[in-house]
Formats: sequence, structure tokens, C-alpha cells
Amino acid sequence: MKIELNINGVHCASDVEPRTTLLDALRDDFLLTGTHAGCEHGVCGACTVLLDGEPVRSCLIFAVQADGYEITTIEGIATSPGELSVIQDAFCETHGMQCGYCTPGMILTAHALLERTHDVSREDIVEAISGNICRCTGYGQIIEAVEFAADRLKKSNAPRRNKTAKIRSVGGHDAPERGILEAAADAPGTGPR
Amino acid sequence: MKPAPFDYVRPDSLVEACELLAADEDARVIAGGQTLVPMLAMRLARPVRLIDILRLGELTGIREDSGSIIVGSTTRQAIALQDPLIRKSVPLLALALPWVGHPPTRNRGTVGGSIANADPSAEIPLVAVTLDAAIEAATPDDSVSTPADDFFIGPMLTTIGMGECISAVRFPVWTYKRIGVGFHEISARRSDFAFVSAAAQIATDEEGRCLEAALGIGGVGDRPLKLDISSLLGTRLDAKSLTEAVMAAAIDLDATDDLHATADYRRRVAVALCTRALEDARDGANGGEPRGVAR
Repeated sequence: MKIELNINGVHCASDVEPRTTLLDALRDDFLLTGTHAGCEHGVCGACTVLLDGEPVRSCLIFAVQADGYEITTIEGIATSPGELSVIQDAFCETHGMQCGYCTPGMILTAHALLERTHDVSREDIVEAISGNICRCTGYGQIIEAVEFAADRLKKSNAPRRNKTAKIRSVGGHDAPERGILEAAADAPGTGPR
Repeated sequence: MKPAPFDYVRPDSLVEACELLAADEDARVIAGGQTLVPMLAMRLARPVRLIDILRLGELTGIREDSGSIIVGSTTRQAIALQDPLIRKSVPLLALALPWVGHPPTRNRGTVGGSIANADPSAEIPLVAVTLDAAIEAATPDDSVSTPADDFFIGPMLTTIGMGECISAVRFPVWTYKRIGVGFHEISARRSDFAFVSAAAQIATDEEGRCLEAALGIGGVGDRPLKLDISSLLGTRLDAKSLTEAVMAAAIDLDATDDLHATADYRRRVAVALCTRALEDARDGANGGEPRGVAR
């Protein structure tokens, strides 16, 4: 089935089997491997992406269901290629990660929360990330990172927007370009344009 | 963790969806997919065809209609949670919704999907049974309305027939001036499946006497149950009569006994949570701060 998605501000098309989850389409067809496959049945939150700006589990939605939607992955939240977003930066500074497996999901969840408001309490953060499992940090530093990012964003006095950051690097994504990976040759999707 | 192959159809109307369902007994409806997709991934469900109803405009939205609030079946849980009409007119549903899954699953999961799934520990079916809501379903040429208490017949089992598709849930609105609600739940982890959950709604008069009271429990039996607490009507809902009413209603409960919690434990917790939910509802009706658990 043919689908068209707007991924990180880039129009992408692919032909997928109906049983392909959005997670698998992002990773295998569009080579956006920043979205991590964890439990693949909706428990862990590692595969969280933003669907029209709201966090959802990409393993619990088939790519065909996402047809026509705007999708933001971890590759799409930095302001420009090679840079980190304020939230990503905060995760580094406060050691909000160890193995990094849950981190893209955590950051996207925090991103959606801080898009709504910068005035977040600890409870708001805990509630927001309650669906994301981390097995390393014990969550303390992750919560600290989000608090830190919220504080910085508040003080930066910048308008909240960039629901989907319009990054337009050569390949359209901060991801392997076509031809780099052998896998890309076999990928059924047209890849990022 | 990959689903078996299936056909995917996105009908343009509810009638077309019902016809597709009637034509093939191995077809299943998919809306938010927050329960169905894990079942497909684990291959516990292997439908031949999935019929996606999430984009049917006629199935979504929340509106008032002759003393009821009608919640369209594909209204997403996150939308219902923020809806001012639900907060005002069906406060018990508003209080229970934060307990349904996590924010990311509520962004996709639908109200009707939770009803259709009929998990005995699910919160939305519990509220529907407690408030005597009606489940409305469309058929290829008609529609049927079933009281929630009759709709759920066992774990993951409902009276929904072949070719039928849930279109809305109709929650009756209490018209009393003073209404309070309470909701409590115990689970292993935040937003995990409830071992026991209790929902209560009470209306009182100016002197604090009970005019109407509804109490339901989930997770204990094989479906959400409404308990008879009519003995509370006319009382001032003091601690003693609340406890007595709950004990009388819960004494014969047929509780599930499993790996997670014994039947005895479930009964004991049910009594405690029912009492707390009723206390919250009473205090809310009598003008106290709506308590509930901040989520």
C-alpha cells in the first residue's frame, strides 16, 4: 500500500505492507534509526515519535494508519544538522542517560510537553514520561534534565514553535543518505528526498 | 513481535464499515489500536482484514443530547480528558480518564475502543456501567443501543454482533445541583492493569442527605460490576452507614484469583477503595474540594 508521510518536514513516500508498523517503516524504509525498537508491543516507550506534535508509540500504529500525518522523530528536533536542541543538550549536561536506548523516546516526550508550556512542575514531568521505561538512570537525572531544559527555554524568551523542525540537509535528514548503507539499496521505500 | 499479514481497508462511511464487517467474520475493526496492535504483534489475534474507522468523522466528537452526553466511539481518550463538557456533565469519566494508560497511549486510544475491548479492569467500561451508560452500535441497516451492564458479558466479551460497530457511548447526566465523584485504583505500576478500581457518584440535598448514589468496581470480577447501595438513600452518608453499605454490597463478590492478587486480597481492597470513593463523592457533593488522586 502506498503511503505519504511528512517526516521532520520532509515529504516522504513509500510502498508498505499493511502489517508494517510506523516504527519499522521509519527504521527500514526511511533509515531513520534514531527511533528505537524496544518491546514492540507498546510497553516501553522507546519507539515514541510525535504524530502531529503529540507523542505516540510508533510500534502501536501501522504505517498505513499514519498516511498523511506529520511525523517528528529524534532526527527532526535539532535546529540544524550537527546541533542539539535545548532538551537534548540538557540531557547531556545532567547525565539524563546511560545506555541511551530510551533517550530518543524520552526527549520527544519531553519535547511535546515543553511545546505546550515551559511552566512544568515535577509532577507534570513524571506524568508525561510515565509511559517511557528507563532501566539505567532511575529517572532522577531524566526529570532533572527536563526541568533544566524547561528553565532554559523559559529564560531564553524564544517563542515556542518548531513542532516539526524544518531541517533540510543534503539528504533531507540528519540520517544516512541513500547509497551509504548497503541496506538502503534493498529498502522498499524511496527514502528521504 | 511482527503481526501476521492482513488486508487493510479504510472505508468512507460507517455503513460501508458495517457492510465490510458483516461480509467477513475474520474482519476486525481497528481505531486507535492501542490494545489490538499488541495482540496482533503477539499473534494472539489474527484477523484477515482490518477495517480502520479512525478517520470516520461521524464517529468522533462529544455532544449533548436530551439529558445525555454522547461520546463518539473514536473520540480519543486524550481529547475526552480535556473536554469541558465531560468535566462539567460527566465528572466521573473525567476523574477516571487519567488512569487509562499513559499520555502517549491516550493520544491514540479511543473511548469506544476501550469499551469494545471489555477488559475487566479497564476504567472506561467501569464508568459506563456505574453510570448506566448505553452503548450504541451501528449495523449495516440499523442501530442498536445496549445498557452497559448488559453489554459486558465476560472478560473481553461483549454482546456486539457480526456486522456491528460501536458508534457512541451515551452517558446519562445527573441533573441534581450537588454532585460529587470519587475514583480509586490499585495496580502494580502506574497506569498498569488495575487489580481493583472503584468509581462512585453521589448527589445530595442541601442538608447533605443522599438523593442518589452509584458505585461500581472493576478488576475484581470478570467484568465491571455495579453494586447495590440503595440503603444509603436518604442517609447523611456518615462513615458507619457507608462502611455497612459497602460491606453488604461486597460480601458476595466473586473475585478473580490469579498470579497478581488473590481473591481475598481483591475483596479486601475492593471494600477499602469503594469506601474511599464514596467518601470522596460525598465530600465533593457537600461542597468540599473534589479530591480524587491528582494524576
